Amino acid sequence: MGLMNKHVVLERHSLLLTVCILIVVSIGGIIQMVPLMYMDNTIERVDGMRPYTPLELAGRDIYIREGCYVCHSQMVRPLRDEVERYGHYSLAAESMYDHPFQWGSKRTGPDLARVGGKYSAEWQVDHLTDPRSVVPESIMPPYAFLADKTLKYDGIEDRLKTERLVGVPYTDDMIENAKAHLVAQADPDNLGYDDVDGLIEAYTEASGREGTVETRDYDGDPSRITEMDALVAYLQMTGTLVDFSTYQAGDLNNSR
Amino acid sequence: MTDQNKDIDTHSGTETTGHSWDGIKELNTPLPRWWLIVWYATIVWAIIYMILMPAIPALPGMGTNTRGLLGESDRDNVAVAVQELRQKRADSSAILLGASLEQIETDRELQQFALAMGDSVFGDNCATCHGSGGRGAKGYPALADDVWLWDGTLDGIQYTITHGIRDPENLDTRFSMMPRFGRDGLLEAGQIDDLVEYVVNLSGREADGAAVERAAPIFAQQCATCHGEDGKGMHNLGAPNLTDADWLYGGNREDIYNTIYNARNSHMPAWDGRLDDASIKALAVYVHSLGGGE
Amino acid sequence: MMVGALLGVFMILALLMAAGAKDTGMAVQAWTFIGLAGAFLVGMSLWAGQLLGRNPFDQSEYENAIVKWGVAASMFWGIAGLLVGVVIALQLTFPHFMYFPEWGFTNFGRLRPLHTSAVIFAFGGNVLLATSFYVVQRTCRARLAGGMWPWFVFWGYQIFIVLAATGYLLGITQSKEYAEPEWYVDWWLTLVWVAYLLVFLGTIWKRKEPHIYVANWFYLSFIVTIAMLHIVNNLSVPVSFTGSKSVQVFSGVQDAMTQWWYGHNAVGFFLTTGFLAIMYYFIPKRVNRPIYSYRLSIVHFWSLIFIYIWAGPHHLHYTALPQWAQTLGMTFSIMLWMPSWGGMINGVMTLSGAWDKLRTDPVVRMMVVSLAFYGMSTFEGPLMSVRAVNSLSHYTEWGIGHVHSGALGWVGYISFGALYCLVPWLWKKKALYSKSLVEWHFWVSTIGILFYMISMWFAGITEGLMWRAYNEFGFLEYSFVETVEAKHISYMIRALGGFLYFSGACLMAYNLVRTVLGHGEAESFDTIDPKYARPHQPALQPAE
Ligand code: HEC
Ligand code: HEC
Ligand code: HEC
Ligand code: HEM
Ligand code: HEM
Ligand SMILES: [Ca+2]
Ligand SMILES: [Ca+2]
Ligand SMILES: [Cu+2]
Repeated sequence: MGLMNKHVVLERHSLLLTVCILIVVSIGGIIQMVPLMYMDNTIERVDGMRPYTPLELAGRDIYIREGCYVCHSQMVRPLRDEVERYGHYSLAAESMYDHPFQWGSKRTGPDLARVGGKYSAEWQVDHLTDPRSVVPESIMPPYAFLADKTLKYDGIEDRLKTERLVGVPYTDDMIENAKAHLVAQADPDNLGYDDVDGLIEAYTEASGREGTVETRDYDGDPSRITEMDALVAYLQMTGTLVDFSTYQAGDLNNSR
Repeated sequence: MTDQNKDIDTHSGTETTGHSWDGIKELNTPLPRWWLIVWYATIVWAIIYMILMPAIPALPGMGTNTRGLLGESDRDNVAVAVQELRQKRADSSAILLGASLEQIETDRELQQFALAMGDSVFGDNCATCHGSGGRGAKGYPALADDVWLWDGTLDGIQYTITHGIRDPENLDTRFSMMPRFGRDGLLEAGQIDDLVEYVVNLSGREADGAAVERAAPIFAQQCATCHGEDGKGMHNLGAPNLTDADWLYGGNREDIYNTIYNARNSHMPAWDGRLDDASIKALAVYVHSLGGGE
Repeated sequence: MMVGALLGVFMILALLMAAGAKDTGMAVQAWTFIGLAGAFLVGMSLWAGQLLGRNPFDQSEYENAIVKWGVAASMFWGIAGLLVGVVIALQLTFPHFMYFPEWGFTNFGRLRPLHTSAVIFAFGGNVLLATSFYVVQRTCRARLAGGMWPWFVFWGYQIFIVLAATGYLLGITQSKEYAEPEWYVDWWLTLVWVAYLLVFLGTIWKRKEPHIYVANWFYLSFIVTIAMLHIVNNLSVPVSFTGSKSVQVFSGVQDAMTQWWYGHNAVGFFLTTGFLAIMYYFIPKRVNRPIYSYRLSIVHFWSLIFIYIWAGPHHLHYTALPQWAQTLGMTFSIMLWMPSWGGMINGVMTLSGAWDKLRTDPVVRMMVVSLAFYGMSTFEGPLMSVRAVNSLSHYTEWGIGHVHSGALGWVGYISFGALYCLVPWLWKKKALYSKSLVEWHFWVSTIGILFYMISMWFAGITEGLMWRAYNEFGFLEYSFVETVEAKHISYMIRALGGFLYFSGACLMAYNLVRTVLGHGEAESFDTIDPKYARPHQPALQPAE
C-alpha cells in the first residue's frame, strides 16, 4: 500500500503530476538522441561526401514535394539479399548532409539509395513520365508534369545559405555562384565554360574526389531547365559519392 | 484514507478506493500475478540481451558504446554472409569465366548455372529497360528476338554489357552518333518529310512515290554511310536495319520523323564496376539464350 | 478579448506573408489562413452578440457546445480520411485510378500523407479534443477553464488541419512522417497546443473532486508529451519568412533518430495514451461498473509512459543508426508489452459483472473488441521489434497490416464507441436512432478489418520472403517488380476491406445524424417519462 499512498500526492497536485510526467517521458529520448550528437563512431570516416549541387538540391526538394519517400527507401540494410540487390549497405555518412533524412519506412518501390548512374537519364525521364511505358508491371504514379514545369530557382542562394546555417559546408563561392552553377549543370552546352568549370571545381574540391559532378541536359529539352532536369540530376547522383575503397568496416571509428 | 470509508463492490466483493468520479469507482484489485511475472521475465530478458549486444552509449569524452559480450555486429555478419555465398558460387563462377560459348552450351550443368545467374541479375538490372524476359519497350531494344543493333554474338553481347552504349564515363563504350538532322538544321523539314516516306517504303509499306524518289539521293548521301545503301543497317555502328518491321523508336510516320529530326542516340550504362565479371558473362549467356543470338 | 487580439495579430502576419509570398503554395496557404481565422472571428463576435446580457460562461453548467462541435468534426474528418484511404488503396491496386499525368495533386505521394494526417490528427485529434473536454469537466465537476480559449483551441486546431491538408495537395511538406506540415503550420499548432494544455490544466485546477481521475492522467501525459515531441521533431529553419520551405536542423542519422522518437511516440501518446483515456471513462460509464484495478492503473500508467519513449529505434533496425541504439529500441519494446496490456486488462475486466452487455449492447461490444485489437497490435508490435523478425517485416505490407490493426481496430473502434455514447448524452436523447444500424456497422467494419489485416499480413510476409529468396544456385530468385506483381490480389482484398470499413463509418454518420434529429428510438428526454431519464445529471453538480 505504500506506493499507492504516495501516489495520492500526484493525484492531488496537477502541476506536480505534469512535471513528473515530463521528467519520465524525457529520459529515454535524451539517452538515445544526445549521444548521437557527440559520439565519434556515429558517422563513419569516408572520403567523397560533398554537399548537393544547387541543381541536385532543387531536385531533392522536388523528390520531397512529390512524396517519393512514401514508396521508396534510401537505406540499404546490411542484409545479404539487400547488399546483393542494391549494392553496398548505406552508411550514416551518406546522409550527413540530408536535412531532413530520406531513409523512408516503406518499400512499395525499390530502394533508391544507389540508383544513381544505374540507368540512363533518358530512362529516368521516360519512367517518370509514364512508368508503365517502360515497366508494364509498375504501380508508380506518372510525373509527366515535371517536364512541363520550368524550374524556379530565384531563391537558390537563400536555400544554400540556410543549409549552411544548419551545418552543410557550402562555401561563399558556392553560394554566390549558385544560380550560375545550377544553370551550368543542366545546360552545359549553352553556357560559358567558366561556369561549368567553376561548378566542377567547387564541388570536386568539396568531395575530394574526381568525377562526382555530372553535367548534361537531363530531360531531353536543352532549351529550358525544368523540374524534370532537377529531379533526374538528383536521382543520378544518389549513392555515387562515397569512395568505398576508403571505407574500412573494421576500423574502430567506423564500427559500432 | 481507504480504511476510513470502506466501500465494498457487491459483485466482486473487492474493496473500492472510495472515490467516485461522475459515478465511476475504482476497485482495489491486486496486480494480476501472471501479468507481473511475464513483465519481470521480459525485463530480465532485456537486461541479458543488453549485456550480450552493443547497447549502452558512452558519456561525453568516454570512448565508445558497450560492444556486448557476444561481439555481434551487423556489418561484420553481412560481410561473412556475402563471403560465404560467393564461396558457394566461386567454383562454378570460375569455370564459367574460363569457358567458351560452345563449352557452356554443351555442359548442361554449367549452362543451367549461367542461366540461373543471368536470370537473377537480369530481373533487377536489365528488365527495367529491356522488359521482363527481354521483351523490350519503346526506345529500349527487345533482346528476345534475333534483331541486333550491335553485335549479337556471345562476345559481342558481353562487350555491350561491359562497356555500355554511349556511356560517357566508359572509354571503350560502343559509340556512334546519328546526326540531329532537323534540330541542327542539316536538313529542311520538307526533306525530312520525304525521307520519312523513303524509310516507310524501305520497310515495305505503302509510301508516296514522288517523295521516295526525291529522298533517294539524300538517303544515299546522308544515311547510307551508317544504315547502308540498302538500308539494312550496320552492326559496327549500331545502326538499325530500316527494312524490317522491327522498330526501336516506333515505326509510324511521326515517330520516324522525330527520330530523323532529333536523332535519339540513347544510352545504356556500362555495367563493369557495378556487376562482377561472372555476372556479366552469365548475363551474356542468358541474353544470348533469349532469342536468336548470332 | 485576448483570443481576438491574438488572432488579429496572426491575420496581419498572414497578410504580410501572402503579400510577399515567395511561392504560390505559400500564398494560397496564407489566404486560406486569413479566410478561416476571419470566419472564426466573425462567428465568435456574432455568437457573443447574440448572448448579450447573458453570461456565456455560466460556471454552474458544463460547456457542452464545444463537445458537440468536436463530435461533428470527428465524424466529418473520419469519413474524409477513410475515403482518402480507400482512394490510395485503389491507386496501389489499379495504378491509373485518379492519376493525371499533367498534374500531381492526386498522386499517391501527396494523398498518402493526406490520409495519415486526416485519420490520425483530424479524426483522432478531434475525438481526443471532444472527449477530453467532455471527460475532464465531468470528472472534475468543473466547467472548462479559460472562457473563450477552448474555442480558440478547437477552431485553431481545425485551421491547422485545413492548412496541413491543403498544403499536402500543393506539395508543401517536410517529409517527416506524421509531422509533414511546414514550419509555419508547426508554429501555429504549437500555439494551439499550449492553449490546449492550459485549458486542460486550468480545468483540473478548478476541480471540485479531491483526486484527479486516471483518465485525466492519460490525457495529461498525451498533451504534455505531444507538445515535447512536436517541438523537438519540427526544429527547422525557414528559408524565408515569406516562403513555405524550411530546412531541418538535424540531418541524417540524428534526424532519423529524432523522427522515429517522434513517430513511435506519436503512436504511443496520440494513438495509445490518448485513447486509453477515452477507454478509462467510457467503458466504466457505459457498463456502469467500477474500474477493475486502481493499482494496475498506477503501475501500467507510469511504466507505459516511461518505456514507450525508448522504443523509437525499432523503426530503424539494420539501418545506419548505430547498433547500440537499435538494441535499446528492441529491448524496451519487449518490456513495453505488459505495460501495454495493463490497459487492456483494466478495460476488459471492468466488464466483470456485466458480461451480458457484450451481447445486448453493440456499443459496448465495439469498445471491448477495440481492446482486443489493442491487445493484438501491442503483442504484434513487440514481436516486430525483434530484430530478426523486423529484418523480414520492415519495409513490407506487414507493417501496414500492423498499423491498421491498431488504427482500424483499436483507435477506430474505441472512438466509434465513444461517439455512439456521446451523441445521445449530449443531445439529450433516450437512445440512438437505431441499434440495429450499430449492429450493422459493427459487423461490416469487422469484416473489413479482417480483410485488411489478413491480406496485408499475407502480402507482407510473401513479399519479405520473396525479397530474400535464393534459388538453388545461390542467386536471388525474384526481381523487385515480381514482388510488386505478387501483391496485386492482396491489394484488391485490402481495398475491399477498406471500403467495407468506410461504409460502416457512413452508416454510423447516418445513425448519429438521425439521432440528433430525434428520429426513431432517439426520443428526446423532454418528451418522455422522466423515469427513463439517465441517472446521471447532465448539469454540473455543486461540490459536496
Ligand atoms: C505508389 C508508389 C510510388 C511512388 C509514389 C513513387 N514510386 Fe518510384 N517506383 C514504384 C514502384 C512500384 C517501382 C518499381 C517498378 C518500376 O520500376 O516502375 C518504382 C521504381 C522507381 C525507380 C526505379 C528504381 C529501380 O532501381 O528500378 C525510380 C528511379 C523511381 N521509382 C523513382 C521515383 C521518384 C523520383 C518518385 C517521386 C517523384 C517515385 N519513384 C514515386 C513506386 C512508386
Ligand atoms: C537505362 C536503360 C538500360 C539498362 C538498365 C540496360 N540497357 Fe541494354 N540497352 C539500352 C539501350 C537504350 C540500348 C540500345 C542502345 C542503342 O544502340 O541505341 C541497349 C542495348 C543493349 C544490347 C544490344 C542490343 C543490340 O541489339 O545490339 C544488349 C545486349 C543489352 N542492351 C543488354 C543489356 C543487359 C544484359 C542489361 C543489364 C545488365 C542492360 N542491357 C541494361 C538500355 C538499357
Ligand atoms: C552516324 C551514323 C548514322 C547516320 C548518318 C544516320 N543514322 Fe539513323 N541511326 C543510327 C543509329 C546508331 C541509330 C540507332 C541507335 C539510337 O539512336 O539509339 C539510328 C536509328 C535510326 C532510325 C530508328 C530505327 C528504329 O528502329 O526506330 C531511323 C528511322 C533512322 N536512323 C533513319 C536515318 C536516316 C533517314 C538517316 C539519314 C538522314 C540516318 N538515319 C542517318 C546511325 C545513323
Ligand atoms: C507495444 C506496442 C507496440 C510496439 C512495440 C509496436 C512496434 C512497432 C514496430 C516495430 C513498427 C515498425 C515496423 C517497421 O517499420 O519495421 C511499428 C510500426 C507502426 N506501429 Fe506499432 N507497435 C505497437 C503498438 C502500436 C499501436 C497500438 C498502434 C496504433 C495504432 C501502432 C501503430 C503503428 C504505426 C502507425 C506504425 C508505422 C510507422 C511507420 O512506419 O510509418 N503500433 N510498430
Ligand atoms: C478505410 C479505411 C482505410 C484504408 C482503406 C486505408 C488505407 C491505407 C493505405 C492504402 C495506406 C498506404 C499503405 C502503403 O503505403 O503501402 C495507409 C497508410 C496508413 N494509414 Fe490507413 N487506411 C484506412 C484507415 C486508417 C485509419 C482509421 C488510420 C488511423 C487511425 C490509418 C492510419 C494509417 C497510417 C498511420 C498509415 C501509414 C503507415 C506507415 O507509414 O507505415 N488508416 N492506409
Ligand atoms: Ca532541360
Ligand atoms: Ca512539421
Ligand atoms: Cu513504433
